[in-house]
Amino acid sequence: MDIILQQLVNGLTLGSVYGLIAIGYTMVYGIIGMINFAHGDVYMVSSYLTAIAIALLSYFGLESFPIIIFGTLIFTIVVTGAYGWVIERVAYRPLRNSSRLAVLISAIGMSLILQNYVQIAQGARQQGVPTMLTGAIRLDIGDGFVQITYMKLFILFVAFLGMGVLTYIIQKTKLGRMCRATQQDRKMASILGINTDRIISAVFVIGATMAALAGVLITLDYGAFDFYVGFIIGIKAFTAAVLGGIGSLPGAMLGGVILGLSEALFAGLISSDYKDVFSFSLLVIILIFRPSGLLGKPEVEKV
Amino acid sequence: MSKAVVRKTLVSLAVAGAVTMAQADVVIGVAGPHTGAYAAFGEQLWRGAEKAAMDINANGGINGEMIKLVKADDACEPKQAVSIANRLVDSDEAVAVVGHFCSSSSIPASGIYEEAGVLMVTPASTNPTLTERGLPNVFRVCGRDDQQGDVAASYIVDQLGAKRVAILHDKDTYGKGLADAMKSTMNSYGVDEVLYEGLTRGEKDFNAVVTKIRSVDADVVYFGGLHSEAGPLVRQMREQGLTATFISGDGIVSDEFVSVAGSPEYVDGVLMTFGADPTTYSAGKQVVEEFRADGIEPEGYVMYSYTAMQVVAAGLAAADGDPMAASDWLHSHKIDTVMGTKEFDEKGDLLVSDYVMYEWDANGKYSMLNN
Repeated sequence: MDIILQQLVNGLTLGSVYGLIAIGYTMVYGIIGMINFAHGDVYMVSSYLTAIAIALLSYFGLESFPIIIFGTLIFTIVVTGAYGWVIERVAYRPLRNSSRLAVLISAIGMSLILQNYVQIAQGARQQGVPTMLTGAIRLDIGDGFVQITYMKLFILFVAFLGMGVLTYIIQKTKLGRMCRATQQDRKMASILGINTDRIISAVFVIGATMAALAGVLITLDYGAFDFYVGFIIGIKAFTAAVLGGIGSLPGAMLGGVILGLSEALFAGLISSDYKDVFSFSLLVIILIFRPSGLLGKPEVEKV
Repeated sequence: MSKAVVRKTLVSLAVAGAVTMAQADVVIGVAGPHTGAYAAFGEQLWRGAEKAAMDINANGGINGEMIKLVKADDACEPKQAVSIANRLVDSDEAVAVVGHFCSSSSIPASGIYEEAGVLMVTPASTNPTLTERGLPNVFRVCGRDDQQGDVAASYIVDQLGAKRVAILHDKDTYGKGLADAMKSTMNSYGVDEVLYEGLTRGEKDFNAVVTKIRSVDADVVYFGGLHSEAGPLVRQMREQGLTATFISGDGIVSDEFVSVAGSPEYVDGVLMTFGADPTTYSAGKQVVEEFRADGIEPEGYVMYSYTAMQVVAAGLAAADGDPMAASDWLHSHKIDTVMGTKEFDEKGDLLVSDYVMYEWDANGKYSMLNN
């Protein structure tokens, strides 16, 4: 019992972070119909920015956890957002009216550029950040116990808060309405006076922001990263986005949580050797029965 | 000028260039992960080899010819190891190689060196398969995983008296080989593992596996793999309140193990098998002091790499620069190195392995256990 509860906690924290990164994939796909393969590397960049922010703050003698965490979050989110904006401007906007394949290749190129740039600028070695928040809650259940670190609680809180704020922005604000309009019909939106190029930029910035949030949380929790760390987690988050229905915001979050939970439960109850096999099999099965993902809408052929 | 003439001129130019290069220098490759997640080890290899080459050159080189080192980066990827081995053999014209680091790179690369008649001495690859295939040109100046596994297994059974042992590995040639070697020796002592699983290299979240270790109530966790996974793993074990003793092999011998684990408190009490401290041999005292005078701590594989270079140089000197003759010579002669006198068996393994148990302390340093 305690073991299953612990696995649920493990899966939920992992899944919430997958969800955050999946948002970037799904929003970009929703609005311009491309897979942004550089997104995992944007997450990787944010890991490095987290370490840089922590180093800067401690250099100025700011050591308390709340100051460090908020300083780091603001710094990382702003700079990563800028990365997102620049990437769109440099690699995707010039190809706006080209074939989908051209944009896809541009995305892969961007991913390689980011990886190699960070490798050259920051070195290829494994990097680490010191533990910031220690301590844990221990719940005794029968003979066993469930131990949840404060960091894990913090991750869950911030991740779901981030998703909540984003949902509010998309559903209730003017920016959100413009995003949705652009997603439904870019040409019509632009006729109605929406600057669609600016909206597309905004979507890239939002996606990068969510990846930055995930980057800060994961880097603080696991403490270890290198220039290649965006690859595996990017693939997982992309899977989560497809699982939930690519293009759907709640779908990305749901997909992330399902993927995290299925990995943790399968690894915990059956075998960690085959947890990725299980996750991807799950994806295949869901796509067989629901080709557009759990919450995705089937694409309507416009005639 | 016709095309054929141009081609001929180019070919002869290329040949002439290669010949002059071979006359002036003895080209030796230093192959290892100079980039990527395991670049720290590549750096250790390079430092040891570079210093050894400098010292040998300062003493007149190999029969008067200077050693010229070429850095070859395999990033610990088998595919890249093969292409870099081909490059060393074809365009760099290396006669010998110090490396590679990862067993999964050394094994495919060794075949290429054999075909090309190039001597290979690895300072770090411990997987038994490397020398079990009977290649005449392959040597190692470190031990083998089966020897390392023996030491770990007898420590776990005799010293710790552990009954519930969980075994994890990273599904790579080195990690799984080490875990399997430990497992088979431990089983032969009558102790069966309570858990045997692989995790994915490159991931950072091992919480699910950690919870599983808790569920089987293990008191010792043995991990076959490298520090980049061992760090997060041990940290997540401690965060989940798991106090089981963590034991690993020589894949975690790096200061980075501490930074990747997040804090020295997490590595406190971690045990690992590694060759007896390579900096304590009397033969290497001066070299160690020179390293420290340059501000370099000869940690991990630095001295092994130095030793490997000495072995290469000794072989080439005795065989007048012919790598395959050098291989024959090395199989039957003793070589004085900074890590004492080394002697190889017919497979290219050391006759005497020197694995002992080390413990990490709360300051993030490791030291030999007296046992």
